Amino acid sequence: METPLTANIKPGRRPPDIKAYRKAGGYRALREAVLKMRPEEVTQTVKDANLKGRGGAGFDAGLKWSFVPMGEEASGPKYVAINADEMEPGTFKDRLLMEGDPHQLIEGAALAAYAIQADVAYIFLRREYHLSARLLRRAIAEAYDSGCLGQGILGSEYSLDMHLHISAGRYMSGEETGMLNAIEGRRANPRAKPPYPQVSGLWGNPTVVNNVETVCNLPHIVNNGADWFRNLSLTAEGGTKIYGASGRVRRPGTWELPMGTPLRELVEEHAGGMQQGYRLRGIIPGGASTEFLTPAHLDVKMDFVSVEAAGSRLGTGTIIVLDDHSCPVGMTLNLEQFFLRESCGWCTPCWGGLQYAVELLTGIEAGAGRMEDLDTLDSLAAMLAPGHTFCALAPGAAEPLGSALRYFREDFERHIRQQRCPWSS
Amino acid sequence: MLSKEEMQEIEVEASRYETRQAAAIDAMRIVQDRRGWVSDEAVLDLAGFLDMSPAELDSVASFYNQIFRRRVGRHVIQVCDSVSCWLMGYEPLRDLLIRMLGAGMGETTADGRFTLLPVVCLGACDRAPVMLIDEDLHTNIDQGQLETILDKYK
Repeated sequence: METPLTANIKPGRRPPDIKAYRKAGGYRALREAVLKMRPEEVTQTVKDANLKGRGGAGFDAGLKWSFVPMGEEASGPKYVAINADEMEPGTFKDRLLMEGDPHQLIEGAALAAYAIQADVAYIFLRREYHLSARLLRRAIAEAYDSGCLGQGILGSEYSLDMHLHISAGRYMSGEETGMLNAIEGRRANPRAKPPYPQVSGLWGNPTVVNNVETVCNLPHIVNNGADWFRNLSLTAEGGTKIYGASGRVRRPGTWELPMGTPLRELVEEHAGGMQQGYRLRGIIPGGASTEFLTPAHLDVKMDFVSVEAAGSRLGTGTIIVLDDHSCPVGMTLNLEQFFLRESCGWCTPCWGGLQYAVELLTGIEAGAGRMEDLDTLDSLAAMLAPGHTFCALAPGAAEPLGSALRYFREDFERHIRQQRCPWSS
Repeated sequence: MLSKEEMQEIEVEASRYETRQAAAIDAMRIVQDRRGWVSDEAVLDLAGFLDMSPAELDSVASFYNQIFRRRVGRHVIQVCDSVSCWLMGYEPLRDLLIRMLGAGMGETTADGRFTLLPVVCLGACDRAPVMLIDEDLHTNIDQGQLETILDKYK
């Protein structure tokens, strides 16, 4: 089984410097692209590879680039922003890629930039990732020194500047248009779409925002071709995926596996099953903003289309496991508290709805709930759902809330009947 | 007043964007890295330096949780309170920390040694519960280790 994304990543070892990275074949794809491929060819290859965006939404990466105006008349400068603001609760995959192989990210970002003929690339990194910042800063300097970035990269006509932007917190900074505002030195409120960032992004110029894991795939696609990439997967969506598991499993961690690996294999084989004395109750498949799945869903294939058919979303592909010693109401409350605190306050259904939901959940968990609260929570979940707000924060909050009310209804009702949390001692 | 070094560093950041305002967040980080926090006076100085109004800059400062607009202790402890750490028992750990420090969330110890803050998922969920002290990530924290961990920060 091929694991291109983690081939250079050795646990407990320092990541490869540029010399070691190049020795392992690094920057070959970038050289090939800037010297021998037209930008449109790179985009077409990535489209053919069927690379879905790994930030959580699963949008076709090549298609996203194809909306950027190209050619002589296209206005500039153009920008790429790499979303390294990994802050989705339960997600810890981009950290692995940045700490393990920073040059892979830089080469991938440069390839994305070349495809849309960007002038500048920003790596938008969350403030708390101090080790990633140190490693990326050094790697960017090495890439400039060896001609992989800067003027006329690798002897071509193409020039690209790359900067590391250290953010200052807030989940909203990782939202596509919130990130644009953050880079411009503003509050990370969302922007109305259209216009889409590919046409009017940073300072009104064409901008593509891509996730870390998404662009880390690009050197391998360029080197090995679209067919090879599609064949890495068990399903129609190309490539491998960095999956992960946290919670009361025997071996929490991350694994690079074929896209479409069944959920059961993740839980039972790679994560080693549940810890002694714990039983599986539910699974959040891809970060806080994805719907609960239950043990009945274990045979779902973990790709974007299949998880959606099962009623949730693949999201970031790092699963959070709910065990039978933990209270589903308490877990839902924790998730909704997160969304409430991180709401930027721009849209009323979001800040108002989440405030109300957290109040009701707090009451139920504390033993002061009423049965009609559950109806109110149902209607709040519907109000937070897509269509009522500028960005996906509120819909993200609705997913665990609505699915918890559906799958753990009996647990909510027990809290209310007993006027206490059955899990509290 | 901004120091010469601070101004030079901010100019480097400002050269990377189309507008001076875009360096606002970098500029506040640069000041905070040196002084520990961003005072009212620093907001006034930075706003002038970046051609922004103080109110505009403060609206940015107050949005971001990693920009400290109040004085903090010599060391800042950020305890992850997101879902994986919740499942792995961060709450008893947090409560013990509060008892040991005699300071609650958002507070600074009387001796000015520690400030205690909650933080969203630190992206190390397979090693929960986790916390960040200054720039050091502490993982798989057991309650019995807390004292040894804190001892490293004087």
